[in-house]
Amino acid sequence: MLVAFAILTDGLVYAAYLFLVAVGLTLIFGVMKILNVTHGSFYAFGAYGGAWAAGVYFSRRLPEAAGILFMVLVAMGIGILLGAILERGVLRLVYGRDEVIVVLVTYAVFLILEDVIVLIWGAGSYGAYQPLVAAGNVDVGRLILSNYDIGLVVFAAALAAGVWWALKYTRYGRLLNVVIFDRETAAAFGINVTLVYTVTFIIGAMLGALGGAMMAPKISVTLGIGVEVIVLAFAVVAIGGMGSIEGALVGALIVGIARAAAVHLAPQIELFVIYGVMALVLIFRPYGLFTRAQPRKI
Amino acid sequence: MRWRSTLLGGIAFLVAATAPWFAPNWFVSLMTIAFANALVVLGLVIMWRAGLVSFGQALYYCVGAYTVALLGRWAGITEVFVTVLLGGLAAGLVAWVLGFLLARYREIFFAMLSLAFSMILYGVLVKTERLGSTDGFSVINPTFLGYAPHSQMLLISLYWLVLAICATSALLVGAYFRSVAGALAVPIRDNEIRVEFLGVSVNRLIHIKLVIAGVLGGFGGALAALTIGHVDPNMAYWTTSGGFVFVTVLAGAGSVAAAFVGSLVFEIVRSFAFAILPGFWQLILGSVLLLTILFLPEGLGSIVKRLRRRRETAAP
Repeated sequence: MLVAFAILTDGLVYAAYLFLVAVGLTLIFGVMKILNVTHGSFYAFGAYGGAWAAGVYFSRRLPEAAGILFMVLVAMGIGILLGAILERGVLRLVYGRDEVIVVLVTYAVFLILEDVIVLIWGAGSYGAYQPLVAAGNVDVGRLILSNYDIGLVVFAAALAAGVWWALKYTRYGRLLNVVIFDRETAAAFGINVTLVYTVTFIIGAMLGALGGAMMAPKISVTLGIGVEVIVLAFAVVAIGGMGSIEGALVGALIVGIARAAAVHLAPQIELFVIYGVMALVLIFRPYGLFTRAQPRKI
Repeated sequence: MRWRSTLLGGIAFLVAATAPWFAPNWFVSLMTIAFANALVVLGLVIMWRAGLVSFGQALYYCVGAYTVALLGRWAGITEVFVTVLLGGLAAGLVAWVLGFLLARYREIFFAMLSLAFSMILYGVLVKTERLGSTDGFSVINPTFLGYAPHSQMLLISLYWLVLAICATSALLVGAYFRSVAGALAVPIRDNEIRVEFLGVSVNRLIHIKLVIAGVLGGFGGALAALTIGHVDPNMAYWTTSGGFVFVTVLAGAGSVAAAFVGSLVFEIVRSFAFAILPGFWQLILGSVLLLTILFLPEGLGSIVKRLRRRRETAAP
């Protein structure tokens, strides 16, 4: 019983993390059909930016509660800037090329940005544990849960609800749905698809950086965090169905719970489980759980 | 045309074979690794001609490498002609089994599923204490038909072995490209349903390509393991696959030779970038990749083609 509860809580926290990382990736894929490897860089930039902001903020002895807010705002700013530069500067040049070629373009940018991180923040690692410590713990039965983790889960749930609401009820969200459904028809009806692309990419980049900033207190912000995150996010998005927000949520929950179960019951298969689930889902549902199969074009 | 390229290939092979007499050791070792990796790239080229990009080719590379390493460690077999062959066959077997699934996938989904398989192997290796976990383990020095060379002679023997396997593979893959099954690759890329209507099973053709690419990947991994003298789970990590895809784009899918030239150029660029600007080699690699995609969409091989075309138009 205790183990089951632990698996559930750990799984939820990990799922929240995965969702934060995957939501931007799936949004960009849904609208632009770009499998964005650079998303790992957005995450890393967000984490570094957040950790740097935490250093600046907490050394001033400002009120602790607002620290995480400052971190998130800094990271989001970085994400918006980076997304805008990348979309306008690079991706604009390769629209219309093969999907796989565009993946390679984002991979090239990812490689470049890995070194840019070293240029800006150096090769050392950063900690941003202050918000985690400030949030404190809470006892639930015999388990000790961190308030920060609970906050993370609540935030991820709120983000999922927010994105869902925005896609369904705001003007821009409805425009997005139209573009996702059929780009050419949308353009024919006078929707400025180029603008939609730019805005979507910037939002996706911002979400990636946001994920990084939210996770910064829980990890050691060091080189190579983007490399790990991007494959995880791929797995989540592939399970849920690329381009589907509900899919990202369900994929995150499946992977989160599966990994937590593996960690508690059979630690040897921890990594295996994540990609095992991914392969299994792709074998039975090639396009993921939440997408309709596309008709083949002759 | 065909004879001219075979002749050019033969001359290049002879020049490469005499390299140990005039090239410094570090360059011979660089070429050994470059040509071993070129085999993996050749496999990716075969698939790329049909429009498939695998982000999990490191799986076969790693299977080949671990097969060689384990044969030495557990069975005491160090004979290269046995270990390398078994490395390639083991990878080919894995490719054949996975091929029943993978051959049904295209585009991004193919890339993702192959990525998943390679990451599964990575996950298993990282957690297996007996195989050295993340550290991996070292490979026992190989023997060549009983002959057990050391230091420099080992380097040169391995180099010649790699060259011989590369030359054989290049000839065989060249023949495959000219065969009907190989020539159908581009039509598959353009429109596979029409190929089906010709009465050919596209899935089967792709399955064959996967197995060939898998065997080549296994050979590459086996030779790389012998050259480096060490295997570790990073050989199956997605960044390794990414590196191979990188070289494929750099080389272009135009010809067999492009894979070898591309791999050599890549290894040289990487070594120099690493030696001169150690903090920026990824930046340099990324920029090279980006510029290649933007300005040379068909890879380095297309430079030759462009020059030739210009000369032809210039001629009266």
